[in-house]
Amino acid sequence: MRRTHRPATLDDALDMLAAGDATPLAGGTDVYPAVAQAQAWAEPARLGGGDLVDLCGLAELRGIAERDSVYELGAGVTWSELIAAALPPCFDGLKLAAREIGGRQIQNQGTLAGNLCNASPAADGVPALLALDARVRLQSRGGTRELPLTDFIAGVRETALRPDEIMTTILVPKLPEAARANFLKLGARRYLVISIAMVSAVVVPSTDGGVEDLRVAVGACSAVAQRLRALEARAVGKPVASLASLTTADDFSELTPITDARADADYRREAALVLTRRVLAALSESGLSEVAA
Amino acid sequence: MTAYPLPKTDRADEERPRIAFTLNGQAVSLEADPGRRTSELLREDLGLTGTKVGCDAGDCGACTVLLDGQQVCACLTPAARLDGAELVTVEGLAGEPRFAKLQAAFQAGGAVQCGICTPGMLMAAAELLDRNPAPDQVAVEEALGGVLCRCTGYKKIVTSVLAAAASQPVEVEPDGAVGQRFTRPDAVAKTEGSALYGADGAPADALWLRVLRSPHPHAEFRLGNLDTVILRHPGLVSILTAQDIQGTNGFGIYPDVKDQPVLAEGYVRYRGEAVLALVGTAEVVAAVTWQDIPVTWSILPVCDSPAAALAPDAPVFHVKHSENILIEGLVERGDAAVAETADLAVEGAWSTSFVEHAYIEPEAGWARPLPDGGVEVAVTTQTPYMDRDEVALVLGIAPERVRIRPTVCGGGFGGKLDHSVAPVVAVAAKKLGRAVRCTYSRGESMAATTKRHPAEMTARLTAKGDGTLLSFDFSGDFDTGAYASWGPTVAGRVPVHASGPYRVPRVRAKSRAIYTNNPPSGAFRGFGVPQAALVHEGLMDALAQRLRIDPLELRLKNALRVGDSTPTGQVLEHSVGLVDCLQALKPRWAALRAEADDFNRTAAHERMGLGVACMWYGCGNTALSNPSSMRVALSRDGRVTLYNGAQEIGQGSSIVMQQILAETLGIEAQRIDVTTSDTDLTLDAGKTSASRQTFVSGRATQLAGEALKAQLRRIANAGEDAEVRFHDSAIEVTEPGNRRRIDLAALPAIPGQDGEVAEGVGSFDPPTTSLDAQGQGTAYATYAFGAQIAQLTVDLELGTVTVQRIVAAHDVGRAINPDLVEGQIHGGIAQGLGMALMEEYLPGRTENLHDYLIPTVGDMPEIETLLIESPEPLGPFGAKGVGEPALVPTAPAIVGAIDDATGARLTRLPALPHRVLAALKAKQ
Repeated sequence: MRRTHRPATLDDALDMLAAGDATPLAGGTDVYPAVAQAQAWAEPARLGGGDLVDLCGLAELRGIAERDSVYELGAGVTWSELIAAALPPCFDGLKLAAREIGGRQIQNQGTLAGNLCNASPAADGVPALLALDARVRLQSRGGTRELPLTDFIAGVRETALRPDEIMTTILVPKLPEAARANFLKLGARRYLVISIAMVSAVVVPSTDGGVEDLRVAVGACSAVAQRLRALEARAVGKPVASLASLTTADDFSELTPITDARADADYRREAALVLTRRVLAALSESGLSEVAA
Repeated sequence: MTAYPLPKTDRADEERPRIAFTLNGQAVSLEADPGRRTSELLREDLGLTGTKVGCDAGDCGACTVLLDGQQVCACLTPAARLDGAELVTVEGLAGEPRFAKLQAAFQAGGAVQCGICTPGMLMAAAELLDRNPAPDQVAVEEALGGVLCRCTGYKKIVTSVLAAAASQPVEVEPDGAVGQRFTRPDAVAKTEGSALYGADGAPADALWLRVLRSPHPHAEFRLGNLDTVILRHPGLVSILTAQDIQGTNGFGIYPDVKDQPVLAEGYVRYRGEAVLALVGTAEVVAAVTWQDIPVTWSILPVCDSPAAALAPDAPVFHVKHSENILIEGLVERGDAAVAETADLAVEGAWSTSFVEHAYIEPEAGWARPLPDGGVEVAVTTQTPYMDRDEVALVLGIAPERVRIRPTVCGGGFGGKLDHSVAPVVAVAAKKLGRAVRCTYSRGESMAATTKRHPAEMTARLTAKGDGTLLSFDFSGDFDTGAYASWGPTVAGRVPVHASGPYRVPRVRAKSRAIYTNNPPSGAFRGFGVPQAALVHEGLMDALAQRLRIDPLELRLKNALRVGDSTPTGQVLEHSVGLVDCLQALKPRWAALRAEADDFNRTAAHERMGLGVACMWYGCGNTALSNPSSMRVALSRDGRVTLYNGAQEIGQGSSIVMQQILAETLGIEAQRIDVTTSDTDLTLDAGKTSASRQTFVSGRATQLAGEALKAQLRRIANAGEDAEVRFHDSAIEVTEPGNRRRIDLAALPAIPGQDGEVAEGVGSFDPPTTSLDAQGQGTAYATYAFGAQIAQLTVDLELGTVTVQRIVAAHDVGRAINPDLVEGQIHGGIAQGLGMALMEEYLPGRTENLHDYLIPTVGDMPEIETLLIESPEPLGPFGAKGVGEPALVPTAPAIVGAIDDATGARLTRLPALPHRVLAALKAKQ
């Protein structure tokens, strides 16, 4: 029988993980379903080994802090805490994604770090954080390291997290005030739905209405959500108002969508393009209105 | 998984720390495994079973509770997180006036049907009202978006939350006469969390049973020595196999087809088939995996479609059916193949998917041995009497020694017409001499139990140039899966209905139910008629397009009317309200058409479309006897008891019977007590299926009431036309020149019936005939008719469909309780919308409620209901059924509206976005 420990401090938790053979438990929105799935078929649960270490009581993982150049989002911040947080408009894409995660129950329970560490190709939080150039801080008894999110998620359910590590913080570099963000998710029903495809984008407009910086990320269309680097590079210097017209089918050539029960691969590729265009079109409008103001 | 409690023994104290928290305002402290699901802790350790478990995966929201004011899924919340926290469950709502008004609004607003989602809905709404005391509809939908409901279509839940927020006074009609919106009495227990469902009321000392299921769709297996497994697992009491079945190791709907083993005998025909059953403590039966069981599997070739099963070299799954054809159905009138006078013909092919019932209550129940060698089974079911006979057959004992006591049923829709837990818990209880309980996990419920038949259908419709229909030629293959279940019913019902509710002089309709290695297909709201309706409505749309006739007018022109013959040669003499339904829709059709035209003039990447679809549905069994009997008794204290064997499954049959009896006796419904189905206490009222309870059991109830009045007239020595009036302690019987008052206290009691002084028994069997080789005869005593308009938008770039509105007109004969009728229509539309747009069960792939999608509150369109009352003389006060009819036209109306919007004709359901987009491209 798997046991569950509830460490009082981060150090205690790190000690438990260092002792070996333990699996971190955060919001529980992935761990408990995995247990249920395994029990239905009388299989051992496909979780990490050993006991569960419940991280939810750890004060060190809570809260959102503004530093000089970054926002530090605690790994244990829940999606509804994020939605309620006073954050600049560049977080709007992430907040929109948060509202699309599960139902409100899941938003109240699921954590930012859990979404990243579970590393589902359809993780709703990933594209928006990729578009924010997020980094993650990982801590073990041996020390602390930081990785770009792009390097952290390695594949389907694969991450760079070592068994003795805990993700403590998600770091989002500050952007100019004028930066705007957006997110669109496509699923076959309104709530509680796993994405067929999703797109998030952040644009930093220049004072003359041009694109200073653009980041676009597509989720659920490859093993790991991907940034559209070619499109991003091409957009720099172009008018923000023209963003939606910049996309071409070639921008999506590096996606490797799969066919599954939700959609086929060709559809996903096409949907990614449509969603990207719409996300950018909405950003052009909001970006322009900001400049005009 | 289910709520398996941990044993209280052999655990070190540090592993079960003390957890102290506030529960519904009271301080609570107990020892618990810190990782235990809060849902289990509440239900099994604290006995608070109001928090329901539907999935254990955060997919359904039934277990929603408030943790420090936030709605969370109790199934995903480790017990340790309760420490120092404040927890509110449904049991705590009544104590808080601001929450109690939600309960009252749900009760009065028709928000409660089966009630299994009700606690979760209430808790989600409670969080909302605390955050936002004056929410709008969008805010309500966002707050409830995480709770699934399969009965109500959400509409009355949303309006009830809004009503509670506005503190609208609760209004209910006074006396429960026929035609009134009388509040269902069971809504109180269901909103308070005290209603006991299949998983709720087992004795504390019951052992737990868990079925281990085949992971392979087709295989032979050999089990090794299981005694060593028991020795290695303290707490494991027994492992049941096929050898433990003392009677017949087979069950099935038809007397001659008991083809599904309770536990497999060395051979499995589908993934999810029951192989053995573990019995012991909750913890141990949850912990044993297949890795612990000595078993050798020999994998066999798999036929996962009718085409594969019909191939000449396909393996044979049942020796009696050498071609894997379970049964064929036929209705033939005239020569449909030849349509020499036809001006034109339209034809097509359609296919549908497995659809899962997805009731939020998984199958559950418990059994205990009786002193006389019999067994008592409490189980969530739609069919207590059939359960009794089947359990008796499996146990090898007389039916009278089996007592079925149905629990409150958390949704059925046909899925609980088949056996699930009842036979195996009965076998275990009898063998072990102890109470044994079992609750299916969601995964088991989805993989092991029945589905809607996938259908492959082709048809050809011919007509004259003016739109008059001439012939209809239909052929459908239905994947009946590994076992027969209700396959014969589907194969029999489809040909009768295949040509739709239209005048068609020549019809040939053939059906086949084909065995495969898929899960058994069984009964699901409509028995194949929803699938067939896609075909007849698709062809009507195609014909309308070819002829450039308005689709509604074409239907009106050909609609069945009183005096018409059906394809089985049955002349419809009464209650054919289809024309009235279509006429009622016409103004809305025109107005919505104008709306769509306006929209399409300006919309960029969306198009709006309209579809209309008709249905008909025979109430009751197809050409078979299906009687119901009811007993009514009058007590000395003046109260009336209805012994009601018609199983309530959330649709409201209990209150329907109560209102019918109240009207029959001329008393207030509040004076009637209802003893609900129990095979020892109530008479056989048949199955809750085929939209038969209001019509058949309702009529039996009316007759029982009349019989009671007749007995009272005899007691009074009055003639048969004398009026009978019920007073508190007396009966008054009046006829011209004679008025008698009978003091109830003076009457002798009926022997064996405590305090009952008079009774009436009523039976009704709707008159039908058997069908001949050509399917000719009186298939049903009456038919329900209906028509719906769907208004929707299609995103031309993404293929997504948003249904804006359904206008539903249904001829129900007489609405005994309009609130309940609307509830059935809303819920039927929700299921029809799911079937049209998102529901696709794929064995091994969509075996949970996050991969298998049913509509959420945010997917529901606006619904307008138009109740048409074309009285059926055989029905109680003119009533007939509506449960299944409501679902039938929705999917075809949606498919028609997609076509109308875009020109893309969907012939494969569900119309997932990628299929719609592919159809849009195919058209170009």
